[in-house]
Amino acid sequence: MTRFRSETAANLLAHALAILAFTFIAMIALGYGRPAHAATVTLLNASYDPTRELYQAVNVAFAKAWKAKTGDDVKVQQSHGGSGSQSRAVIDGLKADVVTLALAYDIDALAERGKALPADWQKRLPNNSTPYTSTIVFLVHKGNPKGIKDWSDIVKPGISVVTPNPKTSGGARWNYLAAWGYALHQNGGNEAKAREFVAALYKNAPVLDSGARGATNTFAQRGIGDVLLAWENEAYLTLKEFPGKFEIVTPSESILAEPPVALVDKVVDAKKTREVAEAYLQFLYTLEAQKIIADNFYRPRDEATAAAAKLPAIKLFTIDAELGGWTKVQKTHFADGGIFDEIYKP
Amino acid sequence: MGFTLLYLSVIVLLPLAGLVIKASDATWPQFVAAAVAPRALAAYRLSFGSALFAAAVNLVAGVLVAWVLVRYRFPFKRVIDGLVDLPFALPTAVAGIALATLYGPKGWIGQVLGVLGIKVAFTATGVTLALIFVGLPFVVRTVQPVLQDLDPELEDAAASLGATPIQTFTRVIAPAIMPAALTGFALAFARAVGEYGSVIFIAGNIPMKSEIAPLLIVIKLEQYDYTGAAVVGVVMLSASFLILLGINLLQRWARIRQGEKS
Repeated sequence: MTRFRSETAANLLAHALAILAFTFIAMIALGYGRPAHAATVTLLNASYDPTRELYQAVNVAFAKAWKAKTGDDVKVQQSHGGSGSQSRAVIDGLKADVVTLALAYDIDALAERGKALPADWQKRLPNNSTPYTSTIVFLVHKGNPKGIKDWSDIVKPGISVVTPNPKTSGGARWNYLAAWGYALHQNGGNEAKAREFVAALYKNAPVLDSGARGATNTFAQRGIGDVLLAWENEAYLTLKEFPGKFEIVTPSESILAEPPVALVDKVVDAKKTREVAEAYLQFLYTLEAQKIIADNFYRPRDEATAAAAKLPAIKLFTIDAELGGWTKVQKTHFADGGIFDEIYKP
Repeated sequence: MGFTLLYLSVIVLLPLAGLVIKASDATWPQFVAAAVAPRALAAYRLSFGSALFAAAVNLVAGVLVAWVLVRYRFPFKRVIDGLVDLPFALPTAVAGIALATLYGPKGWIGQVLGVLGIKVAFTATGVTLALIFVGLPFVVRTVQPVLQDLDPELEDAAASLGATPIQTFTRVIAPAIMPAALTGFALAFARAVGEYGSVIFIAGNIPMKSEIAPLLIVIKLEQYDYTGAAVVGVVMLSASFLILLGINLLQRWARIRQGEKS
């Protein structure tokens, strides 16, 4: 009896192996196992949520420029997601040649925890390794029915604010810090007052989406809230997608959001793609790429391109000069038990 | 037997062991602090509470649906029978977005409920609603075959012996379908506790109020706090295991009781 059972088990195993083998053969036959064409290099750019359209355009332009320069074909693949999860994916083994994330803290984590690039990575490229910047603005319904003009208007009782969760979204952290900085400036640097201000702001938030795109959808497609705190580029993209439904309100001041880019040394050395990956990041600083950046409503670093783009002038403060940099900000505000958690303490 | 053990080890036990090992990076005080933080407790309460409630609703509604599908003939019965499985097939994110759109303040149903002062989307009610949706097929599909095998003559016999319809249900039908219904309940509950995709869109994700435990895990991962995430994972796993074990025992008891009677 036992013998009979083990025989069936062996039989089953043999069947399973046969099916597995067949699957592999089929996959190879269908081309899954075929090596890449010799002259084509493939790069992977792990980026955050709202850069899809930007990098689609940049990648095409870079491939053309690289072909003209070296005669080689380069194909840049994109991967998008929350900035933190992308960084985690690379730490856990995603073979991204370059990362272009929402905030420096996530690349710091890659250096510190993943040992994937040197700790001073931000000094390797011009402008703190940020070839473009952005800021946080308000998106409101057409005609601005609630008369929202500045940060002080969105903490008023009865205003419903849509912003993602700063615990899971890089963009949301910029939103939070923009409000925090505004409150500090209004109250002569009084932190207790700033704390009250952001607490009032999050009291007005009926839902905290996990990412920036999710929040945009909640506001634009589900019609929830009076105001959306958004990346400037995301706000303009929404205007383009829903013509005549929304308008942008530029507050009196906001934060200079610097989404940095970096080469992932560990990956490019293993894949032997350092040269082309470096060229890809440097390409972002060229006039051609800066123009694409402006077309996608980011703020280019190149001054002439920025002037031509006509994004409204706005008083911007930086996280390094005013709030002590990302490591400190992360610890005081967003870590477990930080100021953001305090807001929700019962 | 050996094959089963090997298979279960590779597919189930190995990943779970990894989880426990990761969580054991924490010292005991750290473990306790992460496991019973007020915010974690609020999240467990919401996750387990709404999962149990949703499974209970599905138990009643599922038996009813199964009953109608087995005992009645009506047009488009096949189509409706097929509809029951849809919550299985639908990507959970699609379900979540659809529900949030319908029940949101500007949605078809949300608008009407809003007038009555009822808020569904972005509250615990919304979470429960999504869990009821994803859990529906379990009870229907476990109870249906048992009902099909249950001879209608049994009911007729009970009636002719003077049993009221209620007595027929509690004394004849309920004991027969109880073990299957409990299995369905356990499956619906288990699925609901771990559900992320469909809930995340309709829960408001406000800490202490509408934040589910799986989201808490994602939040901890987002801060590179792998250990803290694993701790919450281990707590959820242990609690689920205990509850499922309890349901299993209940089921055995129901089966034994039924055996004694027949």
